Amino acid sequence: MRMKTSDEALAVAAGNGDRDAFSVLIERHYDRIYRMGWRLCGTQADAEDLAHDIMAALPAKLRSFRGEAKFTTWLYRVVMNAATDRARKAQRRARARDGWGEDYKSRAAEAAEARESYEWLSVAMRTLPEELRQTVALTLGEDLTQKDAAAVMGVSEGTVAWRMSEVKKHLRTLAEKEAI
Amino acid sequence: MSNQKDDFDDLAKLQAALKDVPAQSEAAKQAALRVAEENFDRLQENGGFARPTEIQAKPAGFLKGLFDMFAPNSMKPLLLTTSSLVVIGLGVVLVQQPAFGPEVAPAIEQRTKSVDSEDASTLSENQVREDSAQIEPLVAETPQPVVEAETDSVMAESFVLADEAVSSRPATSRRALQQAQGGAVTGLTAGSPELTILPAPFPDDIIVEPGPNTDRFANEAPNPLRITAEEPVSTFSTDVDTASYAWVRRSLQNGQMPDPASVRVEEMVNYFTYDYAVPEGDVPFATSVTVSETPWNSDTQLVHIGIQGEMPAVEDRPPLNLVFLIDTSGSMNAPDKLPLLVQSFRLMLSELRPQDEVAIVTYAGSAGLVLEPTKASDSAKINAALANLSAGGSTAGAAGLQQAYQVAEQMAEDGEIGRVILATDGDFNVGQSSDAQMKTLIEAKRDSGTYLSVLGFGRGNINDALMQTLAQNGNGQAAYIDTLSEARKVLVDQLTGALFPIAGDVKVQVEWNPAQVAEYRLIGYETRALKREDFNNDKVDAGDIGAGLQVTALYEVTPVGSAAVLNDALRYGAAADDGTVSDEMGFLRLRYKEPGEDRSNLVEQPITKASAPASQEASFAAAIAGFGQLLRGSDYLGDWSYADAIALANSGKGADAFGYRGEAVTLMRLAESLSQSR
Repeated sequence: MRMKTSDEALAVAAGNGDRDAFSVLIERHYDRIYRMGWRLCGTQADAEDLAHDIMAALPAKLRSFRGEAKFTTWLYRVVMNAATDRARKAQRRARARDGWGEDYKSRAAEAAEARESYEWLSVAMRTLPEELRQTVALTLGEDLTQKDAAAVMGVSEGTVAWRMSEVKKHLRTLAEKEAI
Repeated sequence: MSNQKDDFDDLAKLQAALKDVPAQSEAAKQAALRVAEENFDRLQENGGFARPTEIQAKPAGFLKGLFDMFAPNSMKPLLLTTSSLVVIGLGVVLVQQPAFGPEVAPAIEQRTKSVDSEDASTLSENQVREDSAQIEPLVAETPQPVVEAETDSVMAESFVLADEAVSSRPATSRRALQQAQGGAVTGLTAGSPELTILPAPFPDDIIVEPGPNTDRFANEAPNPLRITAEEPVSTFSTDVDTASYAWVRRSLQNGQMPDPASVRVEEMVNYFTYDYAVPEGDVPFATSVTVSETPWNSDTQLVHIGIQGEMPAVEDRPPLNLVFLIDTSGSMNAPDKLPLLVQSFRLMLSELRPQDEVAIVTYAGSAGLVLEPTKASDSAKINAALANLSAGGSTAGAAGLQQAYQVAEQMAEDGEIGRVILATDGDFNVGQSSDAQMKTLIEAKRDSGTYLSVLGFGRGNINDALMQTLAQNGNGQAAYIDTLSEARKVLVDQLTGALFPIAGDVKVQVEWNPAQVAEYRLIGYETRALKREDFNNDKVDAGDIGAGLQVTALYEVTPVGSAAVLNDALRYGAAADDGTVSDEMGFLRLRYKEPGEDRSNLVEQPITKASAPASQEASFAAAIAGFGQLLRGSDYLGDWSYADAIALANSGKGADAFGYRGEAVTLMRLAESLSQSR
């Protein structure tokens, strides 16, 4: 019956010490965290590490969730911040943006077509600055509306729309380069 | 220009590609879920919701449980904050708690804004700024320090620091801590309801070292040539670290020239032991000074200062309490990291005596006491604990460090030496706000008698700068362990020296005589330079000398009238003396403290000219110093080359019972070929 309780109710209960609510909540959302993590970091290993870190920190973090925002909005922001921090750390290790999709070679066993698409994706994601990548991950990857994506990133809807037009520009430039 | 259809196709293509998420591993998922639940339970036990202390009359929040589900619970941050302060007042540190909570949330708003509104260059500027001003008060004028301050709720300081950041009130963390201990409810502002909605950022973003490289090194520009008449006094702290040599070795053996920033010449020279006179009498060390011709410049001389620490009999050692603080984060999962570490510690166990005690604390996603304090004689138990270590999870360094110190304090009895030995691959970064704050913590613990040594493992993200900071401030040694034989050297052959200080805060000051020495240059010790006035200031920390350890320092000096003088004499500078020119080249002063003492003792010795040919020992030290300078790309060596270094090192190799010197020659050969192949 817990399975039908809303995310927000579960999260607040978990924040107040309800272990069952917490278990249901993380079981429900782990995959989302992983997916979003992959869209931001670009490799399975990074996404899994990120998800692991987030899960480890979630109990304490949840205490600051007070049901005033949608839980998924809050959670996306957690993932985004965690990925940003991770990337910043990695940047000091000289592989921040270049890291997107760096494990594509290990996916060599996949069909050539899928691999090509993935290679294109990794190039495309690397050309995007971080805030555009976040925007893309939320809107195209997670199918959030521009309004919801704006709420996650703490910017206005207009900014999201503007960022999407920037994304188009980047992709167009990329296509032009490929055409040469 | 492309048309809109293309734009649409591009986005659709991107969308489709982003939907193709690679399959995740079920094991990773289960592990993550397990960690989450464990941390949830731990938070409960540790008083995230209730504290089982008699101080608190009523548990806060926990029992109310679901009743509060939809009620505005803005009181909770406040209760959490106050109860945290109470606990600090008692001196109880509850660790193991993932490093954040509602009380740290306020700064996130600023942070989110800053990420949005600032471009990368501004961010990095902030980082640089912080880095250069470690003691700058944490005021909320730049966003970065706020991020730092608020990510850590394990540390008492940071509760208050987060509060300070909000209220823009500068204060040193120590003073702030005192305020907290005094019971002032300074955390109230942190609980402001509108600030706690957003999630706190991740604790991973703590280290503020700039620099694009994976491996980060602490170094300064090479010491320049000084003119004796202008600056006759040279002051530095002793350094017994050897990390730089091991690092250089590893690079060369991998077929790469080492990063010049990773080369600290004094650490290379000090990697080797030399045949110095042993101390007699009251002073716990002996100094020997020799002067010989500089190998790379026949017109200058090399002054070789050697300090030999006394070696007390092993039986006289006070009992040791060792707390191994082992990094078991996922990044340690490589053959040259955790497995090498375990092997290294096994080697070391054989050197401990039955009355010594060992405990093991790990830090990863969760910090934990893996082995309670155990007599060294119970090797089965210790080995079993070591065998059970496995890497996984992220790093929770500060929590681990806290717990290690706590364990060390439990073990401490009168007359015993307590030491935390931190073993890490460099990813020591969660919880503590910055290197500067970490330093404060370690200094406080050092003053209470628990020292800290740092062992670095692996390659990839070694944080040399942090290792240096930690060990230098913890009165400990920083060593880099790349092979089992290096582990043997550091943990077995030199165990006694590494763990038993015989002289603290050893500072060296040389006053050169301008009548004899026109110019001088200290080779290495760039990161150890002290101000002249700090020499007599007993409050200024400096390096320690352990039992039986040696410190070697080399000066290249240019005698007055030598062809090698680089600076022209000043027309008006040299006031003519009254003719009583001393023929001493300089005067060596050493200050040290007996272990546990606050006041330093002074040892003095003149440096006299000697025309004796360089001894084997001096030749070898000079060869290593030259080698180090070649690797750093020094300007002072002229056309002196690796081949010259090899010849000189071979001539000074001596008996070389352990083969360390022979290894150095091999490295020089490698460097020679690698530098030519470039």
